[in-house]
Amino acid sequence: MWKWLHPYANPEVSYHFIGKLLPWLAKITMTLLAIGMVWALVFAPADYQQGDSFRIFYIHVPTAILSMSIYLAMASAAFCSLVWQFRLADASAAAMAPVGAVITAIALFTGAAWGKPMWGTWWIWDARLTSELVLLFLYLGVIALHNAFEDKNLAGKAAGILSLVGVVNIPIIKYSVEWWNTLHQGATVSKMSAPSMSMEMFWPFVICFLAIAMLVTFVISIRFRTEILARNSMRPWVRELITAEGIK
Amino acid sequence: MKTDHNLSYKSAFSLIIKRDLTIAFRHRDDIINPLLFFIIVVTLFPLGIGPESTTLARIAPGIIWVAALLSTLLSLDRLFKSDHEDGSLEQMMLSPHPIFILVLAKIIAHWLVTGLPLIFIAPLLAVLLHLNENSYGALMLTLLLGTPVLSLLGAIGVALTVGIKKGGVLLSLLVLPLYIPILIFATSAIDTAAMNLPYSGQLAIIAALFFGSLTLAPFAVSAALKVSTN
Amino acid sequence: MQFDSISAFFDMGGYAFFVWLSYGVSAFLLAALIYSSHSNHKKVKQKIALRLQREKKLRKAAQQNSVQAEQADSNTAVLQNLPKNSNKVVS
Repeated sequence: MWKWLHPYANPEVSYHFIGKLLPWLAKITMTLLAIGMVWALVFAPADYQQGDSFRIFYIHVPTAILSMSIYLAMASAAFCSLVWQFRLADASAAAMAPVGAVITAIALFTGAAWGKPMWGTWWIWDARLTSELVLLFLYLGVIALHNAFEDKNLAGKAAGILSLVGVVNIPIIKYSVEWWNTLHQGATVSKMSAPSMSMEMFWPFVICFLAIAMLVTFVISIRFRTEILARNSMRPWVRELITAEGIK
Repeated sequence: MKTDHNLSYKSAFSLIIKRDLTIAFRHRDDIINPLLFFIIVVTLFPLGIGPESTTLARIAPGIIWVAALLSTLLSLDRLFKSDHEDGSLEQMMLSPHPIFILVLAKIIAHWLVTGLPLIFIAPLLAVLLHLNENSYGALMLTLLLGTPVLSLLGAIGVALTVGIKKGGVLLSLLVLPLYIPILIFATSAIDTAAMNLPYSGQLAIIAALFFGSLTLAPFAVSAALKVSTN
Repeated sequence: MQFDSISAFFDMGGYAFFVWLSYGVSAFLLAALIYSSHSNHKKVKQKIALRLQREKKLRKAAQQNSVQAEQADSNTAVLQNLPKNSNKVVS
């Protein structure tokens, strides 16, 4: 049943496959980003309470959601590599950590820039903000642990264990809203069935979310290929590839 | 070798605890220094903030807990480091017993040596900081439930960094974020107790964190040790 | 279209600073991420290329050495009138 997937476990196959995918990813990302940004900045209605500052929402919420999903994806990849000794999963986890850190930083920053006009303060020690900050620390810890090891395979395993341990933090982020219940507004896009915002705001949000998600996929793919090359640099196919491309 | 195999899990467990405690009492500095660090950090805060008793009482739970985190962090290093250096850690990994049990024994021994003294000394420091009278019970209970979690989570970080030469700073970077939930709930419990409100909710969450890490952390530690020792 | 004029668009209903700040910083960070990932990819490729070049050079040098050794061997063999007995260095 899963046999069609097996060839992609080969580093060479997936390197070339993703290489072919990259231009398409770039095109889709550019299109979605252009549509989403124009829609969000120009055509989406202003919030009746928050005015035009609501437009920050179209970056803040997608990055906030993605910051957690990237962490979950990284942890699942780490789990696969630890349990099934699946080398490529290791490489993908290593590719995801820096991207996740940047996305988390963006979510935090836009949150602060949105909080200043709305709550009158850049930062508030509210549960969700704090958990997001902790998430950033977890990402940075994984990256630091990765860099501390000379051997990439050992680094991947160690960082994988750390990211699995940190995954405990994700439910804390999710449920902290209910636990602490402070200034931060409840999740705006809580249920797909009945979003508490109007459709005019919902669709540009969906486009923006997809755009940023595609962008993240694009960057992760680039980094994934780099990781594959770095881990397989002694293999004949990499030698052939490098000589064929004639670098230097 | 035959007798080794006959060693029951229980006796292996207690043997490791006895061994670690013996080693710890031979190097008394390792017990006393983190404790001294704890006391000195706590006394630094009033000097930095000012002697008003209301301010101190307000921030006392946070100070005591942050100092406890830091002193635990300091003492974590000797959990696996010396064993790694003299090779006994590898011997342990090769033993026929599940690493889970041996690791748990080591962590418990570590807590007995570093966590327990903190609990005894904390009320004295709370007096210095004018902690609210209603909070003492909460302080003791949160420390009793919380410091084992610190040892358990910290052990994961130590196991990951034991093979790295300059692992000290990295260890704090890895472990401190994991300590944040316990810090939040513990100080919130103490604050709630100061207002004479029931704090069983926060205590229940800390207990949940304790049992969760008690069952899961040894697995993570043994996996990390396998990575670090090969 | 939610805005009456270009200036109204840039003003963002009075929230210009915050809106453009967050959009600008996000764009900058994402662009920097893409750029660094791309240059990192190139750097890794160049590193491998450099190593391959060095290996090539080493192999060449080893071959030359072995050829010289062979010549030296054959010279002595001729001198001593003995059958050719070169110990080839296989790279």
